[in-house]
Amino acid sequence: MNTWHVAQVVAVGRLTSTARTLTLAVPGFAGAVAGQHVDLRLTAPDGYQAVRSYSLARVGRDEVVELAVDRVDDGEVSTYLVDVAEVGDRMEVRGPLGGFFVWHPDDVGPVQLVAGGSGVVPLAAMVRARATSGSPAPFRLLCSVRSPADAFWADELSAPDGVATTWVYTREAPPGVTRPVGRLSAADVDAHVIPPGERARVFVCGPTGFVESAAALLLDAGHDPARIRTERFGGT
Amino acid sequence: MAVFTRGFGGHHPEADRPLPPGQHLTADFPVLSAGPTPNVDAARWELTVRTESGAEHRWDWAGLQAMPAEDVTVDIHCVTRWSKHDTRWRGVPVDAFFEDVETAADFVVAHSYGGYTTNVPLDDLLDGRAWVAYEYEGDPLEPVHGGPVRLLVPHLYFWKSAKWLRGLTLHEHDEPGFWEQNGYHLYGDPWSEQRYS
Repeated sequence: MNTWHVAQVVAVGRLTSTARTLTLAVPGFAGAVAGQHVDLRLTAPDGYQAVRSYSLARVGRDEVVELAVDRVDDGEVSTYLVDVAEVGDRMEVRGPLGGFFVWHPDDVGPVQLVAGGSGVVPLAAMVRARATSGSPAPFRLLCSVRSPADAFWADELSAPDGVATTWVYTREAPPGVTRPVGRLSAADVDAHVIPPGERARVFVCGPTGFVESAAALLLDAGHDPARIRTERFGGT
Repeated sequence: MAVFTRGFGGHHPEADRPLPPGQHLTADFPVLSAGPTPNVDAARWELTVRTESGAEHRWDWAGLQAMPAEDVTVDIHCVTRWSKHDTRWRGVPVDAFFEDVETAADFVVAHSYGGYTTNVPLDDLLDGRAWVAYEYEGDPLEPVHGGPVRLLVPHLYFWKSAKWLRGLTLHEHDEPGFWEQNGYHLYGDPWSEQRYS
């Protein structure tokens, strides 16, 4: 796990106007669990290096790393990955990393996923792991995004044969959506989250402000803090 | 052998002093917590130091405020690779909580409201190298950053600086805490890049 593996970009795909997927071929990389992340290291021609952590968007194929990267303003690594990197480019990967914010397919209990923006990435990995394993675990996914154009994998995650997914829009909603645009509310949690009595495992991922407010809403609704796992990015 | 990344230049930030290996500077204050932020009212906050023989020493908020505090400016280093220079804190050196504690133990587990734990050798908490902190940048410490009271051990990766501190227990053996049981290094020296076990 402490080894840096050589990685080569084998595919890129557009997700939104600011985000894209990158698929890397990484010999030696194996055994990832949904929810885990990797460290990614870029080295400039003069030897300067930058390392950032990215959640895995999909697990299950050894020697393949699938990421979804949203561009952060002034982010030296994310701007490279979203705007510059092409098939054939090389970097280094360490991982898989993280043993807590993970879902194992042998866990058949109910699972509630709550995503803010690009925080959906590790949760999508869990949805995909559930599908490929044939797990009977009841899953619900609640995604908060600014607008339909900002949603990652909207069609796949909303597929009728998949998990029960709800989209909440904070700035601009598609036609026909009656919920007023706005931040995740107690009413949203009440309507779309597995009730606390079912003792679901809850995973919340997103920007710090989103995770703080979503976790507080879940606690207010009666969820057991010990069953809520969080992953945050960005500062205060 | 280095693997160069075509097209990557990087920002080459001007650091006025070296950073630990693999770290980059950040201007904001990222938040990493494994679960929800617990609401801990200062009025009911308590810190308990418990020795290996079970003897307990306890402080409440008023007791903490009555202790001699220090203003310290330190650099902090998170295992998730951000570092922050010149963070300003107010708190009481951990030494003050051990003045009347009789112990032969070498190891401490810090306990948090919310259930988090982390292990630190006792020597790393003494001699003015660690604080029980309750102000950040001149303001009461926000809950999201560990308020009302957190441990501050700036010479180790920041997961050792337990948020929402409620207890320090002494142990004869090094007992892995929460992240230490989840793949992170038992000691966590950023300058030796002791990230993972």
